[in-house]
Amino acid sequence: MPLEPRRIAAAALTSDPVRLEAVGFGYAGRPEVLRDVNLVLPRGSFHFLTGPSGAGKSSLLRLLTLAERPQAGRLTLFDRHVSSLSPADIPQLRRRMGVVFQDFRLLDHLSVFDNAALPLRLAGRRRDDYAGDVAEMLRWVGLSDRASERPPALSGGEKQRLAIARAVIAGPDLILADEPTGSVDPAMAERLMALFKALNRQGTTVLIASHDEDLAARSGAAVLALRDGRLAEGVPA
Amino acid sequence: MTPFRARRSDLLPRDAAGETWLTGVVAILCLLACLAAVAAMASSRAAQGWSGELGVQATVQVRPRVGETGPTAAARAAETLASVDGVAEAVALDRDAAEDLLRPWMGETALADLPIPFLVTVVLDDQAPASAVTLSRALAEAGLDASVDDHGQWRRDIERSALMISGLAALAFLMTALGAAAAVVYATRAILAARRDVIDILRSAGATDRQVANLFRVRMGVMAVQAGALATAVALALTAGLRLVVGSDGPVAALPVTWSDLGPLLLCPPIAGLVAVAAASVAGRSSLGGAFKRR
Repeated sequence: MPLEPRRIAAAALTSDPVRLEAVGFGYAGRPEVLRDVNLVLPRGSFHFLTGPSGAGKSSLLRLLTLAERPQAGRLTLFDRHVSSLSPADIPQLRRRMGVVFQDFRLLDHLSVFDNAALPLRLAGRRRDDYAGDVAEMLRWVGLSDRASERPPALSGGEKQRLAIARAVIAGPDLILADEPTGSVDPAMAERLMALFKALNRQGTTVLIASHDEDLAARSGAAVLALRDGRLAEGVPA
Repeated sequence: MTPFRARRSDLLPRDAAGETWLTGVVAILCLLACLAAVAAMASSRAAQGWSGELGVQATVQVRPRVGETGPTAAARAAETLASVDGVAEAVALDRDAAEDLLRPWMGETALADLPIPFLVTVVLDDQAPASAVTLSRALAEAGLDASVDDHGQWRRDIERSALMISGLAALAFLMTALGAAAAVVYATRAILAARRDVIDILRSAGATDRQVANLFRVRMGVMAVQAGALATAVALALTAGLRLVVGSDGPVAALPVTWSDLGPLLLCPPIAGLVAVAAASVAGRSSLGGAFKRR
């Protein structure tokens, strides 16, 4: 029997990987995208971030991936206030995250294998050391036979799976995924959701942004609803 | 072995922002730098040779006294000078020899009526050459009215000219190196701008500022070493060809090319690589630092 999505209970969560306090954000010359957002994602939690297009889901994820900085309020990641981060701190925090972008952001000049291995390579691991892990991950997402191909030769669904493989290969503490099942068939979507759940069971905090409220409902994860830049039901700091 | 294991990937795409053209530009600049270096070495060597030759020679002009002929006075001066310590040889120049020296400038017709001075050419001991003062004193003691020219003014002019030529060649070398560095800085910034998407992906996967900068340093360093090697090969071929065709005298007296000039050209690739790495570091630091500051 499918589980009903749980709504976040106010003040029920403890401070952990992600904390937003009265966060506001907007792009230059345009209306504010996020207003007074309060949110805490405890360690090991699994949340869906839902809302219509333009609600601010992607902008919120950009804040969490340190691609942008809030213009108001306070954002804390892994107990570090973003406003006090030095440039050298940013990569260290990003290495604790696995990010699945809506537009995949794959490196077209690298093979599927090398795209999946990118976080491990950047973390300084040797190819001989990580080759087995990457091969296993590619087998899991069904891309073993495409390992030596390059992303332009992949279908949308295959690119999606590769992006997820790259996001989770290094065993991050926090997974942020923007529409991670948007380009795959229902069977693969269920399989990918199972992967996220498996990672979550191991203690990884997961936040998935999706406009697919049915998927969120079926997942049994907590749901954060974003409307016009505000969390409909958020968690006060 | 899995098929992908044989592939060594580069995190930066190949031929971003016209790197082939950049290689050509840097190779041309390296070639100019090599040729400037050869010119500097050859001109410096020529100047040293001329200066050395002039340093062991002196010319004495003899004015015959009343009742004494010019050739007699010159012969007596040569005999006097030959006995001075520090003089290897002293020879009185007869009128025919003096006319031979002047003929290229004065022409045949003017020579007959020209009052040609009576000269003595003196070759000095190259280990302990006699000074102009010593020669003048010896001539005076022998009762000869003569003036000694040790070629000092001319030697100083040549040394000054040689220094200027070497300086200009060094300046040309420096300017071409700066030009290559500027080209690399421009290209690095262009690639950074053109490949902002790749850099963003690398950063989102945890790449540090240093890692991204190193990608550009390595890319530009390898490119410059390749360009420098190409330029060195061409410069070696040109210099060696010149040496073989015209011999050790060079195409002109001021450029006596020798085989030893080829050795320093081998420094071009590593120098080009170091310059490119430094230039890429400067460009990368400013561009990447700026990107981080904005965030």
